[in-house]
Amino acid sequence: MDTSQDSILAEVTGSDYKYGFVSNIDTETIQKGLNEDVVRIISAKKNEPEFMLEFRLKAFKYWQTLKQPEWAHLKIPAINFQDIIFYAAPKQKKQLNSLDEIDPELKATFDKLGIPLNEQKHMTGVAVDAVIDSVSVKTTFKDTLAEIGIIFCSFSEAVHEHPDLVKKYLGTVVPYTDNYFAALNSAVFSDGSFCYIPKGVRCPMELSTYFRINAANTGQFERTLLIADDESYVSYLEGCTAPMRDENQLHAAVVELVAMENAEIKYSTVQNWYPGDKNGKGGIYNFVTKRGICKEKNAKISWTQVETGSAITWKYPSCILKGDNSVGEFYSVALTNNYQQADTGTKMIHIGKNTRSRIVSKGISAGFSNNSYRGLVKVLRGAEGARNHSQCDSLLLGSTCGAHTFPYLEVDNPSAIVEHEATTSKIGEDQIFYCNQRGIKTEDAVGLIVNGYAREVLNQLPMEFAVEAQKLLSISLEGSVG
Amino acid sequence: MLQIKNLKAAINGKEILKGINLNVNAGEVHAIMGPNGSGKSTLAGVLAGREYIEVNHGSVFFNGKDILDMAPEDRSREGLFLGFQYPVEIPGVSMVNFIRTALNEHRKYKNLPPLSASDFLKTMREKQELVEITAKMTNRSVNEGFSGGEKKKNEIFQMAMLEPKLSILDETDSGLDIDALKIVANGVNKLRRPDNATIVITHYQRLLDYIVPDFVHVLYNGQIVKSAGKELALELEEKGYDWIKKEIAV
Amino acid sequence: MSEIVNIYKDLFEANKLLLLNNVPHGLKIKREEAIHHFLEKGFPDRKSEKYKYTQLDNYFGNGYNKSLEYPKINVSVADIFRCDVPQLETHLLILANGKFYRFDQRGNLPKGVTICSLKDAIKTNPQIVDQYLGKLSKDEDVYASLNTAFATDGFYIHIAKDAALDKPLQIVNLLLSEEDLLVQYRNLIILEENASANIMVCDHTLSIHHFLSNIVTEIFQEKSSKLDLIFMQNEHNNSIKMQSTYVNQESHSDSNINIFTLHGGLVRNNINVLMNGEYANNSCNGFFMADGSQHIDNFTFMHHAKANCESSQLFKGILDNEAKGIFNGRILVDIDSQKTNAYQKSNGILLSDTARMNARPQLEIYADDVKCTHGSAIGQLNDDAMFYMRSRGISKPESRLLLLHAYAYEIVEKINIEPLRERIDEMVGKRLRSELARCHNCPMHCC
Repeated sequence: MDTSQDSILAEVTGSDYKYGFVSNIDTETIQKGLNEDVVRIISAKKNEPEFMLEFRLKAFKYWQTLKQPEWAHLKIPAINFQDIIFYAAPKQKKQLNSLDEIDPELKATFDKLGIPLNEQKHMTGVAVDAVIDSVSVKTTFKDTLAEIGIIFCSFSEAVHEHPDLVKKYLGTVVPYTDNYFAALNSAVFSDGSFCYIPKGVRCPMELSTYFRINAANTGQFERTLLIADDESYVSYLEGCTAPMRDENQLHAAVVELVAMENAEIKYSTVQNWYPGDKNGKGGIYNFVTKRGICKEKNAKISWTQVETGSAITWKYPSCILKGDNSVGEFYSVALTNNYQQADTGTKMIHIGKNTRSRIVSKGISAGFSNNSYRGLVKVLRGAEGARNHSQCDSLLLGSTCGAHTFPYLEVDNPSAIVEHEATTSKIGEDQIFYCNQRGIKTEDAVGLIVNGYAREVLNQLPMEFAVEAQKLLSISLEGSVG
Repeated sequence: MLQIKNLKAAINGKEILKGINLNVNAGEVHAIMGPNGSGKSTLAGVLAGREYIEVNHGSVFFNGKDILDMAPEDRSREGLFLGFQYPVEIPGVSMVNFIRTALNEHRKYKNLPPLSASDFLKTMREKQELVEITAKMTNRSVNEGFSGGEKKKNEIFQMAMLEPKLSILDETDSGLDIDALKIVANGVNKLRRPDNATIVITHYQRLLDYIVPDFVHVLYNGQIVKSAGKELALELEEKGYDWIKKEIAV
Repeated sequence: MSEIVNIYKDLFEANKLLLLNNVPHGLKIKREEAIHHFLEKGFPDRKSEKYKYTQLDNYFGNGYNKSLEYPKINVSVADIFRCDVPQLETHLLILANGKFYRFDQRGNLPKGVTICSLKDAIKTNPQIVDQYLGKLSKDEDVYASLNTAFATDGFYIHIAKDAALDKPLQIVNLLLSEEDLLVQYRNLIILEENASANIMVCDHTLSIHHFLSNIVTEIFQEKSSKLDLIFMQNEHNNSIKMQSTYVNQESHSDSNINIFTLHGGLVRNNINVLMNGEYANNSCNGFFMADGSQHIDNFTFMHHAKANCESSQLFKGILDNEAKGIFNGRILVDIDSQKTNAYQKSNGILLSDTARMNARPQLEIYADDVKCTHGSAIGQLNDDAMFYMRSRGISKPESRLLLLHAYAYEIVEKINIEPLRERIDEMVGKRLRSELARCHNCPMHCC
């Protein structure tokens, strides 16, 4: 790579994180550190029923028996859990009766992020649950949705209003014993979104959760539980940002999806947590466990993710394909720059007959970053006729970054067909030259090519998000010629 | 030779053939034409024994035998040949080995001893000339790296080798330039005898300029909606399939 | 320290005289370091990524006679074993239970070619052995360390600068014993600048006892050298084999390694290649056929440490009954290894409901101007091809055989000695037909 290209790369990939501001919101926090009392305090603050406290305590006891895991290809410093505040909430009146009662500063924060909490102003067709630090502050279009039987609210609210549903499904897809961070989340999660789509209902608008970390020294532990009953459909989006801070902040979320017979869930993520600065200082540690189960026949779960933020990303949105003929999909674009590390991928567990899964993963590495795809396709003995196709491509921009692919294929049924393909490449000089010759400057050409490269995944996103995601990719990568 | 009675067949539960009736006698050439999706290839597949096509109703007799329960290889040995629309590439299996195995299996079925190596090579050479393919081609793996035209010529070459009683040529003209088309048609014509028959499945009339049919059938929406002499093909060429569709609507 | 590991600690103590006295100083140090490495690490368990699907420690613990002395051979090996590859004249080196037995050379060896036992080489060329032995395997793998500590014999091939082995060399290791036996042997292949060799290594079991082999071969290819190496693994199904091969390639060297595994109860192949000079080329392929409860695990590691090199791997397997197949292939491209071209493909066909195949291709890329692809497919024979053949009158079982044979041929055709290629093709065909894939003149029903 010649120096002019180097400088373009440096210039563009060095562009600022535009969501890095801090809002001056009056925040209630508890003391730093983690012990059984903290777990009890969180539960008490949320006025939770007994079954929730039991769940938390079991998870906490289990977590205490675990050690922070070490992963190949990820350098994760030991996290001091006694230095983290496990609960922070914007101070506001208990019950919100109208929009006017929301702290104006808070409202301004979301306006600045482009997420208006005012339904009239909001982009039509998207209902939003806004979560700041540890709690949900506002859910829009709740009433409209309730008319057709859809429950869309904060997790805390669901615990009070729909305890039976929560009790029935919480921890059934991601048990608290699943892994270190899932156990931690189960013990201390403070809020999140809850959604239930009743039988036969097609959710008429995109549901969305917007996560924002604001307070310093806090960890964010939210939990999403989404149930799509027979013959229903829902498309769900989540977005996230955080202020620029010098210290690393921990985000350990859990998402559980349940799709019943003939139900379809589309779950899209545009992850843009603060990635840290050019020298790798600060940024969010994003350790997320996301899993869905296609519980009954013909169910479908589709994960789409655009991962551009976080200092370290560790997440594997997965599908358990239990129902016969059920379908799992995973579409991912993961972009790492500077000193970011991403280790992401999926697990497709084929249990039912004629289950199908498709994996499309596009990794883009720049700067000094490392980007890994890690995935498992497992076909159990009874999964007659299972099919999988995986395509994992890596694009390297510059010669100081790394791209890695670790697919695991385990097949125990002879009628299954499992295929994996992977390529690693860079942007060809002839491609750039071709664009140049047509009058497109190099940095635009790179943006074009990278977006073209990611197209297959971006196409899976709902319109509003696709545009956002495309911009996000261009901002981080314009001009990075490898 | 071939009697199809009220044949109904489905793929993945969706009915494609909705009651086909057709009789083919020795010495005849039948053309089956029809718009895309009318069920032409499904019909060819049912006759050859494609396992994914479910036969729900009707019967198919070939030389007096009910063939619907027969394995594909036994239908072949009985003398039924399918020229594939998309001949399959089989890397690593040489053409020579492939066709010799097939030929000897046919002979075994008729209680004949396997062909000696020299007789086999002699036959190969004769038949190669018929479709103007080179020995080079037969030294390669089955259809691997063949051009569209070579694949179709190879189908006719195999037909010549196996000497079937009934040949079903599924869209043999697709993807052929005019020279290859002539060679293929010429091969088919040379193989015509009073004791064999041919069914030509095609979308276009073009091929029928070279392989002149005795009967033309129009397949539409899973049924034969019109049968006539060779002039029907010309009429279709001129007026298109919409004309038939309208006629049926009336 | 586990009980099993202790067995080897005691074994080393008991044989100190043999292993450490009267041996070149360098070798003594290497053996001591190796046993330390082994004792410190112990056997890998399920948590080990490298040995996730294959644990061998129990085999290393039980039953086998572990004596380092020659077991007594009561029959004349050469009389009962006559391996025939028609029309192929080869030099023939025979090992019995990993120890040198005899060498039948065809005519005089060309100048610059040395073929002998490792044991002899240690005496006659101690500096060369010292320079190379253990260089690639040191601290790399515990099984290799175990071998370094205990192996006292094996084969040694040294081809001097610009020399070439005139005829292929066939090396046959015969396993025969009157009790279950642990066999560890060690091989060195050194090709100096512009040297070339064509080598085939076969394993045969000549008695029905259980054999546990732990073999290490280190291969050094200097500039512009060329090596063709075939491993023919055809031991009976009571045998367990751990075979590690290390290759160091300097610039413009060319290496072709093909492994055929037709029989063997449990086989694990480790192939580690270091591309240590620019414009080196490596092709490494494997074919395995397993039925019953066979377990075949192939592990490859291609390390592109220099720019402008090419590597390719193709591993294919056919699995029937309860057999299990594993492919684990890692490609590492270092930061300065620009213009690397790395290709990898693994493919498995399952013929029964209870056969299993796991594949783990891994790419780790740190250079940006590279072409790396890997692909993996597990499934069945192509339905369309099956139907096409059947529609031409070929029966279902025969179509299947033809397709399976063709499937294997993609690897077989990489053998560049024609009679050998035909012979191995024939063996694969016989194996597919479940006929004995043994050599014609061999009276032992060992396979």
